[in-house]
Amino acid sequence: MNFTLYLFYIFSFVLISSSLVVVSTRNMVIAVIFLILAFFNVAGLFILLGAEYLAVLLIVVYVGAIAVLFLFVVMMLNVDAKITEDVNRKKPLITMLIVILFCEIFLITKFSTINYVEMSPQFPAPKDIHNTKAIGKILYTDFILPFQIAGAILFVAMIGAIVLTMKNETRYIRKQNISKQVSRNKKDTLVIAKVKAGEGINL
Amino acid sequence: MHQIQQHYFIALATLLFCIGVSGIFLNRKNIISILMSIEIMLLAVNINFVSFSVYLNDLLGQIFAIFILTVAGAEAAIGLAILVVYFNNRKNIELENISSMKG
Repeated sequence: MNFTLYLFYIFSFVLISSSLVVVSTRNMVIAVIFLILAFFNVAGLFILLGAEYLAVLLIVVYVGAIAVLFLFVVMMLNVDAKITEDVNRKKPLITMLIVILFCEIFLITKFSTINYVEMSPQFPAPKDIHNTKAIGKILYTDFILPFQIAGAILFVAMIGAIVLTMKNETRYIRKQNISKQVSRNKKDTLVIAKVKAGEGINL
Repeated sequence: MHQIQQHYFIALATLLFCIGVSGIFLNRKNIISILMSIEIMLLAVNINFVSFSVYLNDLLGQIFAIFILTVAGAEAAIGLAILVVYFNNRKNIELENISSMKG
């Protein structure tokens, strides 16, 4: 047992327990905060693995963007946490299926008789430069087309989110309503009233 | 780093993925927790990609993890936008009522 292994156990334990809290709690704000904790622990695991760039990217993207978005939506929607405890009759069956799924994959990976096939890596990690520079050298040259497509996906998602949420929003967008303008006529809008002197008029 | 065997990481990612799947299937509350379960599953996939990338000494896995991160961000944004629009129409996001939504 050395220090790295201790760190791995600590990060894994906190990660698993916080994700259990995420899927089991009823308070959505608590769930989002434990999701942020899980992201931080995964970032620690990535640093243990030597993937520093992905660790920092995970914190920046997940915690800085996605988790804050979740928190914002949870607090904006104001979901009333009324407990509707319906009896889910399939719950033991589903739990058993998931435990079986985990045991199968775990046993396969633990007691696998498949040996490693010695193959030359397609993009070997260089030893002399650090992780971020190595990823950048590959990402901006060999993977420039998938990189641009990823940018296009984010762009489409941004436009989609804006279009979905600002559909009938007329408080901020003042648009010309042409049919309303054309169908407006003199009879409905103009009133000629004789006002007697000394009396008011009640329209 | 290499004192940790790789199947530790695979077991961890498997456990995390199973927690995410159970969060989807056992959850009868609202859609936000389902979206968070999907995020947990994508996180497990990312752990798998990065651990294989490190132990096979190939940077391809980390590149793929970046793309998964991108798709996860887009998915969360679109899902939450749909959720906001749905909440404005129906005033709740209970999961049972959504199945009655018809065109």
